[in-house]
Amino acid sequence: MANDPIHQFQISKLIPLEVGGYDLSFTNASLFMVATVVVTSAFLYLTTSSRSLVPSRLQSVSEMSYEFVANMLRDAAGTAGMRFFPLVFSLFMFVLMANMLGMFPYFFTVTSQIIVTFALAVLVVGTVLVYGFYKHGFKFLKLFVPSGVPMAVLPMVVVIELISFLSRPISLSVRLFANMLAGHITLKVFAGFIVSLSSLGALGVAGAILPLIMTVAITGLEFLVSFLQAYVFAVLACMYLNDAVHPGH
Amino acid sequence: MPSGPEKSRDDLARRTQELEAKLAARNPVRKQDEPSADGGTAGYGQAMKLSSEFISAIAVGAGLGWLIDKVAGTSPWGLIIFLLLGFAAGVLNVLRSAGVVAQPKTGMGPDGPDR
Repeated sequence: MANDPIHQFQISKLIPLEVGGYDLSFTNASLFMVATVVVTSAFLYLTTSSRSLVPSRLQSVSEMSYEFVANMLRDAAGTAGMRFFPLVFSLFMFVLMANMLGMFPYFFTVTSQIIVTFALAVLVVGTVLVYGFYKHGFKFLKLFVPSGVPMAVLPMVVVIELISFLSRPISLSVRLFANMLAGHITLKVFAGFIVSLSSLGALGVAGAILPLIMTVAITGLEFLVSFLQAYVFAVLACMYLNDAVHPGH
Repeated sequence: MPSGPEKSRDDLARRTQELEAKLAARNPVRKQDEPSADGGTAGYGQAMKLSSEFISAIAVGAGLGWLIDKVAGTSPWGLIIFLLLGFAAGVLNVLRSAGVVAQPKTGMGPDGPDR
């Protein structure tokens, strides 16, 4: 168990629950999703509750994350896109906090489950579709019809654009999932090398220093990837939401 | 009566604009910082981004073709054609996210899709 790099991703039922033939058990994944939401909300609430004009350190962290996401959204989708701010901010904070919680030893990484990231990506693309059709009606379909294309190749171009659009939730979710999964497995494998090398005697202990250095370095890299992936997820969500606000002219 | 609050609001708007101008003068420094900080780690992120864009488009194309085959009973033609179209969409995705092809809304020119 100690050296199995996949063991950390196993889902275990904490509270078995079955409703109408569906397995709705409360698992360790659910627990950490709840923890992510609670920690994020509590942090944002507690740090901003004093509302001092000159922010304390923690309050300025909250304000910085607000401004970071607000600028990102405004750059990508313009002022009209700011109506999606609550969605994008929640997504960013959820993914960031889930990634960061996953960095604690023995904690479960929610974003290493593809169904979680896929649900988040479908939420974004679903919002784009619903809002786009609600706001622009059938003109929204112009998104798939670039202007100035000869009639002869138009059907093919439309199909290609359609596939390109449909691939968005998949690439969005696979990217986050694969990064977290690969990172955690790498970390575990290198940490496992330390244990198995150091059991080989004095020479092994001396050799175990190398994977130890790697593990420390990869841990640092993983923190970076955690933040970077949350950022990339939010940026791409902004870009896709931009399509909903301004589909092709 | 309305002139009082109006005036102070104008004043406020003017001061806000001045502040924004000042902040904008300061901002470029920070803006230039961001890409360079990104650039250090960007190689890995970029590779991940491009490959996932490419592969997901092929997967969606193949899936769509398989579904059409299943519904219309045209096996294997739907799969073959949509796999190829998915490949084209993957190339389009990659070129688009690499910034070689403009996003459809900004560059809807005739050179958009065929380059």
